Amino acid sequence: MMETFFICAGVALLLMMVPVFYRIIVGPTAIDRIVAVNVIGTKTAVLLIIIGVIFDDVAMFVDFALAYALLNFIGSLAAARYFNKTRPGYGSETAGEGKTS
Amino acid sequence: MDPKQQGRGKRPDMFINILSIVLMAFGLLFFLGAVVGIVRFPDFYTRMHAAGKGDTLSTMLITGAVALQVLHHFDWSHWTSLFVVVKIMAIGVLIMLTGPTSTHALMQAGFDDGIEPVTQKSGIRDLDGSSGGGDLSATEEERVSGNEDQHGSDIP
Repeated sequence: MMETFFICAGVALLLMMVPVFYRIIVGPTAIDRIVAVNVIGTKTAVLLIIIGVIFDDVAMFVDFALAYALLNFIGSLAAARYFNKTRPGYGSETAGEGKTS
Repeated sequence: MDPKQQGRGKRPDMFINILSIVLMAFGLLFFLGAVVGIVRFPDFYTRMHAAGKGDTLSTMLITGAVALQVLHHFDWSHWTSLFVVVKIMAIGVLIMLTGPTSTHALMQAGFDDGIEPVTQKSGIRDLDGSSGGGDLSATEEERVSGNEDQHGSDIP
């Protein structure tokens, strides 16, 4: 019973990630996209733990999830710093690209 | 499993399962709120608000549910699975710490980029209008482009 519940929860989590992709695609600025990618990365770590419970091998999957959560944090910080530093060229260009698409 | 343990384990069994289900359901509910906020809010900062809070809380709730479930199947012959519980809780604590930090960093980057928050003047049409996303992106375009002009004079 709990296994079925965890499968349903994982599928629900996966389905709820789909609207976030909408924000990645149309997000008017690049930082909107980074935020959405950050959310998806966090939820992927959670989904890995749920997959571990379903396959009854949490001991292996939890390491993946831990590494993924750390890398996701570092990645979003790096992206934030990058788009902060390169502001004068970036701010106008990327916002313009996002709008026309 | 010996009969003593079986008789003892019946009620807590049900209780831990229900607690786990409740935690997971609340986690999914909060993530649904975060997703709706990310898709529907008119502005970068408000989207950030929904994403940061909902995402962090739902992650903590779901990891708590999974940790309870792993702890529930614990027995002393495989005592190393305690480390698994500790690691799952560590993921929850890690995201509790890093989620607000990265949200703050991204918010600062956006603010330094000169993204304007939605205001009464710029946003009242979006908030009142009956039209959907297309109108929103149009007004956002005006906001961002108007903002560039303002920054042209700012940058030395």
